[in-house]
Amino acid sequence: MTDYTDKIRQIAKRVLDEGKVDMVIGFRAGTLPMMNQPHYATSAQTADELIWDSNCGLNLANYITDKKEKIAIVAKGCDTRNIVTHIIENKIKREQLYIIGVPCTGMIDHHKINAMFDNEITRVEESGDQITISGEGFSETLPKPELLAENCAVCTHRNPVEYDELVGDLVEEQTDVDPYASVKKVEAMSPDEKWQYFEDLLSPCIRCYACRNACPLCYCPTCFVDESRPQWVGKSQDSVDVRTFHVLRAYHCAGRCTDCGACERVCPIGIKIREFTKKLNKDCLELYGWEAGLTLDQRPPLDTYKADDPQAFIK
Amino acid sequence: MQNPYLPYPVRIDEIITETEDKSLKTFKFVFLNPDDEKKFAYASGQFAELSIPGLGEIPIGIASSPMEKGFIKFTVFKTGKVTSYLHSMKEGDIMGVRGPLGHPFPWDMLEGKNIVIIGGGFAFTTLRSSIFSMLDPANRSKFGDLHVIYGARAPGMLLYKEELQAWAARDDIHMNITVDGTDDPDWKYLKGFVPTITEEKAPPGSDDTYAIVCGPPIMIKFTQPVLDKLGYSHDNIIMSLENRMKCGIGICGRCNIGEKFVCKDGPVFTLSQLNQMPKEY
Amino acid sequence: MTLIKINKKALDLGIEKAKSAYQVFGPVKQKNDHDYKRLDKNELPDFNFQNTRLSPKSIIYPQSQIMFRYSLDETSDDCRIMKEVENVSAPMAIVGVRPCDALSFPIVRRNFDSPEYQDTYWVKAYEATTFVGLACNSACSTCFCTSAGTGPFGEEGLDVLLVADGDDFYVKPLTEKGTAFVGAAGWSGTADASAGEKIEALKQAAETSVTSAVKTDKLREKTTLELYDAPFWQEEAFSCINCGTCTYVCPTCWCFDVQDETFGKSGIRMRNWDSCMFPLFTSHASGHNPRDAKYQRVRQRFMHKLKYYVDKYDNGIQCVGCGRCIRLCPVNIDIRRICNKMNSFDAESCKCETAAS
Repeated sequence: MTDYTDKIRQIAKRVLDEGKVDMVIGFRAGTLPMMNQPHYATSAQTADELIWDSNCGLNLANYITDKKEKIAIVAKGCDTRNIVTHIIENKIKREQLYIIGVPCTGMIDHHKINAMFDNEITRVEESGDQITISGEGFSETLPKPELLAENCAVCTHRNPVEYDELVGDLVEEQTDVDPYASVKKVEAMSPDEKWQYFEDLLSPCIRCYACRNACPLCYCPTCFVDESRPQWVGKSQDSVDVRTFHVLRAYHCAGRCTDCGACERVCPIGIKIREFTKKLNKDCLELYGWEAGLTLDQRPPLDTYKADDPQAFIK
Repeated sequence: MQNPYLPYPVRIDEIITETEDKSLKTFKFVFLNPDDEKKFAYASGQFAELSIPGLGEIPIGIASSPMEKGFIKFTVFKTGKVTSYLHSMKEGDIMGVRGPLGHPFPWDMLEGKNIVIIGGGFAFTTLRSSIFSMLDPANRSKFGDLHVIYGARAPGMLLYKEELQAWAARDDIHMNITVDGTDDPDWKYLKGFVPTITEEKAPPGSDDTYAIVCGPPIMIKFTQPVLDKLGYSHDNIIMSLENRMKCGIGICGRCNIGEKFVCKDGPVFTLSQLNQMPKEY
Repeated sequence: MTLIKINKKALDLGIEKAKSAYQVFGPVKQKNDHDYKRLDKNELPDFNFQNTRLSPKSIIYPQSQIMFRYSLDETSDDCRIMKEVENVSAPMAIVGVRPCDALSFPIVRRNFDSPEYQDTYWVKAYEATTFVGLACNSACSTCFCTSAGTGPFGEEGLDVLLVADGDDFYVKPLTEKGTAFVGAAGWSGTADASAGEKIEALKQAAETSVTSAVKTDKLREKTTLELYDAPFWQEEAFSCINCGTCTYVCPTCWCFDVQDETFGKSGIRMRNWDSCMFPLFTSHASGHNPRDAKYQRVRQRFMHKLKYYVDKYDNGIQCVGCGRCIRLCPVNIDIRRICNKMNSFDAESCKCETAAS
């Protein structure tokens, strides 16, 4: 995927030069391995900082919310699905955007990779499908599929769904994966086991709200946890408050979540936040045949009413 | 070690509705423990945290004067969660007061000087305290000419109406009471915005003349050029800031502007000081 | 004070022994990372770490802390009167504190223990605590302690310094508190004459292993407004998502919020860590927010640490170079890059050096 870099820079310079857009939003190389930084280019010089590799896991749709400028945005499959969701929800207009689509083969999981090695990783290099991870006294080359973030490993929409231009040929979509295998495991648990499972999952949360703030769906001017009149949720580390935050946030994302994995990627503690959102994605698929962000022509099932909506859950 | 977060318990002794829209009420508190009143030794310009268990605390300027004994007074605008609840409380209710906090107006420096008080809207509380203190027979001789320019939207929105009238009748203070506009045929004071009245009525600036300005941001914005025009040096313009606060003692961090904490290093600053600080208020 | 040399076994025995006189906290590996926790009986700290994920600040200054209790029961004499809660004063010891984190306590103390006001909660916990440090023999790539006022063998803020040398440890008591802890641990055995040289050699090697740095020499000479109005804030803040990670993992971030929580007819007034990254931090009741935009909040965090603190206390930067915010920032905002930008910013040409170190 690293060969996309040249193409992205080329396109960025062209659209800036033609005056088609005011800025190009993409990634620049970070100061740490496996960590690229969202960045905007407004000139040929800053466009040359743009890069692409397997560490572009943040969702750039998060950076266009309510923007007034004309923007070119570098977008992989999930990013484009969130852009579609943004357009449907009036957070940006299609005409404002020039979508530079990136067919994606998945992003690597820095939490997982860091945990694989005792010593600090100081260098991660990528060549085709091989990732070389090195630090003091070690260097190991592993196939990328083994290092993918969990959402990427089960992704079935790697190609952009909406774009003005592609940086490369479309990639083959994965068909032999079960996106909901992890949910099924939890569904099979007893209520007590489930409760314990989610308690353990959330106990280390420090309420930094990185998950919420990295999520393109979480654009409420005042989040319910910040509301003071009335105050819905306490602000301490109380487990009820922590749980309330995570569960309610997941419900607010129901039918809108694209499983981009940004929430998990940014969590400083490595909490598997997708365990919540994924279940709701599964329900939306099973109940409404819906996957978020695939089309500009249809609103998400939970903000529309149809006479034949399933209602078996009303008891 | 004294716990600086512990409020003194007080009883609401009297509640006065100040304005016609009932958005401003003055609360008179009496300390439950008489010793606490001695500990609460303050000067005009300071503030305190009003503490309502279950709701929280709010920083409010002290409207009473240290020359008034046996109680402390605060005039509170109903706006947020705590102030709304406070407005629903009754005489006799128990709550807490923590303070005094922050620096008062620089009274040592102001001694022997002409003082021009410029206030607008409900930001007249610590100014009321200041005027009351300066007019006290024990203090009046310590100051030169006293001018007051105080404006509100309408007559019914002025605070402390009876006191204003009494002061206006005195000859040792120049009161300029103004409203933005009124149809009231009985209105006997001025009409016009505070900056305009300041331009007309305030004495020219001099080394010995200090302006104390408190009011809404828009009033301050337009009054400042007027004071410049009148020749006030920025060292002689004293202002009081209001930022979101919690601890009130320079620890919790939220009212930080530059190297200052508004609560502990302010809320009183000269315009010269403010000119060196980020405009984050 | 005499330098003591002990082996690993004596170290462990001593820590166990000290538990009879102290609540002992130490780094323990939980899942993938090390964090400080209260060590149970027979539980030992795990010194096989570079630094913990979260700093030890929460031991002295918990993320959520009860300040007062109150009753809303009208039949009670104490109705609506705040009552102080029992405050920690039992001796605590934190074993295995890295020197960078140790320096954070004297830095934070300037805020919590000022000539005018003492934060009783923080001060009591701090005074009850003995800091037993563990020198770093090798640094992470994100460590820049040597340019942030300390170093891998820094002693400021510590009562005892432990230096690991293979399976042995040198024990260097630094204060009376430290000597008392060493006594309680029963650590004895004078190190031989060459120990000083040996430690110096380890220190030199450790300092060489710190490969990144910040430049701070010019921060003071610039005016606040020069830096505040510098043109780079919008760009540097672009990627920020305004989460609280940097502030919560930072050992020197001290801001908090005060909240009342009522349960039925009684309740607590508590404080919780807060963050200048959150819009709510400065939002007035009127709706006005002096730091409404994201870049203003990002600027506040760096200006506070690298300019306001520097000017206010004339005692270096409010940062110890632990690198946690760099490692854990979800969007790679790197304090080294920002610090060097600020330090090299020239208001006349409006330029600064951009290279991250």
